[in-house]
Amino acid sequence: MRIIYLYGVSALLLALSFRKSREKTKKALNKAWKSFSKIFPALLGILILVGVLLAVFDADFISRIIGDESGWIGVVLSAVVGAITLIPGFIAFPTASVLIDNGAGYMQIGAFISSLMMVGMVTAPMEAEYFGKRLTLIRNLMGFIFSFIVAYVIGKVVGGLWF
Amino acid sequence: MVLIKKFKGALIAGILLGLLFAWDAGKGLEAIKISGFALTEMLSIIPPIFILLGLLDVWISRETMMKLMGKESGAKGVLLAFFFGSATVGPLYGAFPVAAVFMKKGVKFSNIMIFIGAWSTTKIPMLLFEISSMGAPFALTRLLVNIPCIMIMAWILDLMTPDSEIDKLYERMERM
Repeated sequence: MRIIYLYGVSALLLALSFRKSREKTKKALNKAWKSFSKIFPALLGILILVGVLLAVFDADFISRIIGDESGWIGVVLSAVVGAITLIPGFIAFPTASVLIDNGAGYMQIGAFISSLMMVGMVTAPMEAEYFGKRLTLIRNLMGFIFSFIVAYVIGKVVGGLWF
Repeated sequence: MVLIKKFKGALIAGILLGLLFAWDAGKGLEAIKISGFALTEMLSIIPPIFILLGLLDVWISRETMMKLMGKESGAKGVLLAFFFGSATVGPLYGAFPVAAVFMKKGVKFSNIMIFIGAWSTTKIPMLLFEISSMGAPFALTRLLVNIPCIMIMAWILDLMTPDSEIDKLYERMERM
C-alpha cells in the first residue's frame, strides 16, 4: 500500500517533469542513478549482515532475554539487540506484539523498538561516509541513551507500573 | 582492485555468512532468506526515493530550499524537517542521500538532524501500523516522547559540532 503511493507520486512528478523539460528530467534521472550506485555496495554488505544478525538474534533468543521480570538488565539487553539489528518496522511491530503476548515487558519492548529505530550499528559505516565518524558516533550514542527514556515512560504509561 | 575496495563491506559480511553456515547450516539458510527479503524490500523502495531525490535536486532551487529550511527558516524549517522525515517510507539508510541533497541546497544543520531523527522514528505510515499491532497507548506515548527527544538530540548535536566541522560536512556533500 505505502509503496504504491510512493511509486504513484514519483511517477506523476516524473511525468510532469518530463513534460516541462526533457533535458532536466534526464539530468534528474542521472543524478538518481549516481546516488544509487554510490550507495549500493555499502547497502549490499548491510543487507547480508542483517540476515546473519537476525538469524542469530531470532525471536526465540530475544524473548528469552526480555521477559517482564528481567528489569533494567532486560531493558539494557533489548536496547543492545535493537542497536545491533536492523528490522523493518512492518516486521518489528508484529514481532514485538508476539513477544509481549509471550511475556516480554512493555519497558523492554519500548527500549528494543526505540533503539532499533534510532540506533543503527549496521548502517553506521554508511552514515559515517556522509556525516563523518564523530557525528555518527555521537548521534547513535544519544539515540541509545534516549531509548532508555522512551522505555521508562512507556513502561510507566503502558505497563501501568506507577511508582 | 577498486571494485574490491568498493565491495569491501559486502565481502566481510559474506565471510561472516560463510562462518555462520559452517557453524549451523540451518541458521545460514535462515540468514539468506532474511537477506533476500531485505534485498527485495530495498529494491522496491529505493527506486522511487532516488527518483524523487533527483527531481528535487534538479527542480528546486537552492534559494527556495534555503528560504524553507535554511538558517533563517525558524519554526517553519523545523516543522518541514519533521514533515519530510515523517512522510516518507523506507529504512534509515534511505535518509542519508536525501540529507546530502538537502545540505547541498543549504538546509540548516539542526534541521538536517531533525529530519534524520524524524525519518528514523516518527514515520506517519509506520505509526498507523504501530497502532494496529501495539495499540494506541504504546504508539502514541512513543510518538509524544520522541518528538521532544528528536529536537533535543538535534540541538545537542548542533551544539556539539564545531562550525568548522559543519562547514566541512557541507563541502563534503557537494561531492556526494
